[in-house]
Amino acid sequence: MKTSSAALSNFAKWQRWRAGRPWLGSCIAAVLAWAATVFTGQGHGSGELLTVALTFSAFTVLVSLGQMLVISVGPGNADLSIPSSIALSGAVAMLVMDGNNAMILPGILAAVLVGTMVGVFNFSLIRVLSIPPIIATLAGSLIVMSVAISIGRGLKIKPPPVFSDLMAMRLLGIPLLAVLALAVSVGIAIMLERTALGRSIEAVGQNDRAAGLAGLKVEATRFWAYVICAALAGLTGALISGFSGGNSLDQGQEYILLTIAVVVIGGTVVSGGAPSVPGIWSASMFMFLLVAMLNAAGAGPGLRMLLTGLIIIAVIVAASSPGKR
Amino acid sequence: MSPIHAKRGVQILHDILPALALAMLLAAVFWRQPRAMSYFGINLLLNLAIPLMFATMAQMMILAVSDLDLSIGPFVSLTASIGATLLPSRPELAVLAFALAVAAYALAGALIESRQLPSIVVTLGLSFVWLGCAVLLLPTPGGLAPEWLSSAMAYRTPWLPMPIWMALLAAVLGHFLVTRSAFGTLVRGLGGNPTAVARVGWSLIRVRAGVYALAGVFGVLSGLMLVGQTTSADPNIASRYTLVSIAAVILGGGKFVGGYVSPVGAVIGALTMTLAASFLTFLNIAPDWQVGMQGLILIMVLGLRAAIDRLERIA
Amino acid sequence: MAIDSIPEVLFEVRDAAKSFAAVQALRGVDFQIRRGECIGLVGHNGAGKSTLMNVLSGTFAADRGELRFAGLAVGSGWDVREAQRLGVRSVYQELSLCANLSLAENMRIAQPQIKGWNWRMSAGSQLVGSLERIFPGHGLRADQVVGDLSIGKRQMVEIARAFTPGALPLELMILDEPTSSLDNQAAAQLLAYIRAFVALGKSCILISHKLREIFTVTDRIVVMRDGQVVESLLTDQTSRDRVVAAMGQDERVVEKTSHALDQHGSADAPMVVKVSSTKEARAEIKAMAGEVIGLAGLAGHGQTDLLLRLQAGSANLSDARVWIDGATSFVAGDRQTDGVFGLWSIARNMNVCWLSQFRRRVFIDLKKERDGAEHWRQRLGLVTPDLDLPIFSLSGGNQQKVLFARALGSSAPIILMDDPMRGVDVGTKHDVYALIADEASRGRTFVWYTTEFDELFHCDRVYVFNNGKVVGELSRAELSEERVLSMSFDEVAA
Repeated sequence: MKTSSAALSNFAKWQRWRAGRPWLGSCIAAVLAWAATVFTGQGHGSGELLTVALTFSAFTVLVSLGQMLVISVGPGNADLSIPSSIALSGAVAMLVMDGNNAMILPGILAAVLVGTMVGVFNFSLIRVLSIPPIIATLAGSLIVMSVAISIGRGLKIKPPPVFSDLMAMRLLGIPLLAVLALAVSVGIAIMLERTALGRSIEAVGQNDRAAGLAGLKVEATRFWAYVICAALAGLTGALISGFSGGNSLDQGQEYILLTIAVVVIGGTVVSGGAPSVPGIWSASMFMFLLVAMLNAAGAGPGLRMLLTGLIIIAVIVAASSPGKR
Repeated sequence: MSPIHAKRGVQILHDILPALALAMLLAAVFWRQPRAMSYFGINLLLNLAIPLMFATMAQMMILAVSDLDLSIGPFVSLTASIGATLLPSRPELAVLAFALAVAAYALAGALIESRQLPSIVVTLGLSFVWLGCAVLLLPTPGGLAPEWLSSAMAYRTPWLPMPIWMALLAAVLGHFLVTRSAFGTLVRGLGGNPTAVARVGWSLIRVRAGVYALAGVFGVLSGLMLVGQTTSADPNIASRYTLVSIAAVILGGGKFVGGYVSPVGAVIGALTMTLAASFLTFLNIAPDWQVGMQGLILIMVLGLRAAIDRLERIA
Repeated sequence: MAIDSIPEVLFEVRDAAKSFAAVQALRGVDFQIRRGECIGLVGHNGAGKSTLMNVLSGTFAADRGELRFAGLAVGSGWDVREAQRLGVRSVYQELSLCANLSLAENMRIAQPQIKGWNWRMSAGSQLVGSLERIFPGHGLRADQVVGDLSIGKRQMVEIARAFTPGALPLELMILDEPTSSLDNQAAAQLLAYIRAFVALGKSCILISHKLREIFTVTDRIVVMRDGQVVESLLTDQTSRDRVVAAMGQDERVVEKTSHALDQHGSADAPMVVKVSSTKEARAEIKAMAGEVIGLAGLAGHGQTDLLLRLQAGSANLSDARVWIDGATSFVAGDRQTDGVFGLWSIARNMNVCWLSQFRRRVFIDLKKERDGAEHWRQRLGLVTPDLDLPIFSLSGGNQQKVLFARALGSSAPIILMDDPMRGVDVGTKHDVYALIADEASRGRTFVWYTTEFDELFHCDRVYVFNNGKVVGELSRAELSEERVLSMSFDEVAA
């Protein structure tokens, strides 16, 4: 049988180039959305828009990276407990920091630890109850939320001043938060490319039977995906509290669907096995700029949600091919 | 215990669980609040179960084809919002809106089948769509249900309280539609062994679209009943229905894959979940923990089912 | 079969050929079946029996060949729907019942013409009636859920459903190993029914590895080998030995073995694999370091299960009867389900088992990984311009080479192979045989399940499987196709 190279036409080469870059679509969309927003606002503050976009996208990126790992570990996997993890870890961070500059690092570590525990809790629910992860994480999140409510209700502790300053700081015009998110993204990308865990995540997500036969530890891989996702949510909770000047319990509410939208739109394969880190960035920016564009055009939240839903569905349909049983 | 007896024992446990849970919960409620054991009391306790029952029927249809619907909560909120805004003033528009919504559901089902899409992600996207539409209709909570709807829902039914009548109606309807009819058999066959069904020559796309459309109809009924009870609506009024309806179907003996569902069990499950929520208020649980208790109940229900499934497999 | 007049030919295929990538499943097959005739179709693995039946039943189209049904040439539109419309039905080994539905409900799905509000009784009585006719005393009720039945009972329902007359005619029934899950009584009942069915002027093709059944029930026996029909004999004019001999090859075998293959493994090599015998198995499976052990017998008779147990056994020691000394690596034969990671590149598919080897502390050394892949590309003669191309850019044979490289490139001393040469071209095969011999001489142990008889000559010892049990052990010297076939087709005392 002839090899592909002999038969590769230019079109096929272009298709392959595109397939190797799943984030391309959302990247173009983000640029278009930015341009449209700037145009609607008559060109004012285009740079400022970008900076604000980067700040808010940083949070989205951090949690969506975790969601990306969970979705990549196999079909049917998703973590819907992210908002409650954010609420709980935000409260814990504020409590531990207690307005004290010296306690910033311990506060962040505590938040990450809380997130990790939620991740372990999620995974145990999934294994013990043997129900779809969606349901397990959603049910578990209700309990986590209650814990968050009980310790966080009425919490009026302000974050330590240095912490607040860091959250608002910019390095050469780029928000520090974005730099942090970038560093984490690079870390995740390296993990995926160069560690056994990363390869396992991709293998298990594509074909868990073959992965098991190849000697990979399927269950352990899934466990780490859920734990890393929740730990990232923990970190984000602490950062959001610092950024918003204190913890509020519904600060993570939108992420429940936003993270999945970002993962899907960013080009990560929904049935698992092919995570795309650049796609998380381009899709996060796109989602923020889409809201900005709609706001600038005077559209309300209803239209925004409607459009987001239609875009998600359109993206999965476009990424699929007519299946045959 | 001989293996055959053990197997039958577990089978009986599996079938009886929903009714048993309901009975135990009723007993607990009546023990805490003896005055609840009256026409008025039961009406109060179970009234909110009526719209939930029909949402559960919708979820049950989707589970019957081995899919999951994460948008039923927002969908019921949307139909309730339509009922509170368009229905009283422009009923023709409202009917059109309902028809479009059901058609959209059917389209989603057809897409899921023809492209082999994961129902989880598609229905998550749909939930955004429903929510967005509801927010467009009702930017702030409000609206007013039409007079005929609210009085219908407040009607004082003879002999038994309305929730009981409705439960009987929903159970009978569901039973005939899903368990006894030829269409229902085809639907469950699709959930059980789609390849075999396709081999015979049935159009899987048509069947799945039909199932989703039927779920949409149940969703419309649920929303109408809900807004009839509450008289006003908001885009988030039924968002919790998603999780609760899934729990109700599973509690009633349904499974996530394989096409195993029980309409009667699902209705009992809906009654049980509603009662559990009321029971929590009787226990004076701190409001902080009410949300968590819902999660705990869910986990207990699902855990119990998983344990029984494991017993069944061992037997 | 009528004695006075020669019945007409019902279904005829001339010069049928079908290839799947590199493999020629059918090479010019002539086959015909008359009305009122029962044909037994026999042959070893890869003979082409299933492919021929798939062509007849319309499951897929042949590349070449002419089909005539009831004297009329069949057009290019011959598919399952058309075949069923004309009366050709099949019962396969994988069941097509919905486990969550009852018997009557399954009947309704299969026969859409059963309508009316009383359909359940009608469908149920039709199916139960069919069960009564074929398996009297079956003890099944129309309202029983299929999932609650044992696999034997399910097969009975499957068969009865196929035989139920319905809106469509029934002229030819194709049965592929129908008694594989039936108990003796049900199997006898089915055979008796087939005789009665055929006596009414209908036709039946029976594929079975149980020669006793073939000789009881059929009018004619058709033997296939290597994609061709080699014998077509009237049942009462032939014998079991003749049939077995026809299934195997005779002369070519001698030629192959003259290319002297050294015995692997020295006498004092340590034992690395041992599977204790149960009371059913007639032999205990043992493997010494550096040996190449073959698993033979008909496809699906327990060989893959053993390999899976060995693979799991090296990971955890829960299976008490399996003892393994050393890590194992698995080469899948069913590429799609067991081996290939479809979204990954060729290189990634290769190195998935090498992760611990090229690791420096936490991180994988990408350069060493690359070198490893390059090394195996050359050693195996992998035909691709770029190892980062997606795995599906490769031909099937080359994909299989990647799976070999994956296992051989790992550090595991024991390699398990699950019929990996299926569908692989001859050139690749010879490359891999040489590789196996080379690795074995360096102390690696191979446990090799193959459905191709010739490959067993590369093994030091062969264990023959029949119905899930080991029925015999043959050394290289004792190895002959006749012996293997005889053991595979033997009736194992239940």
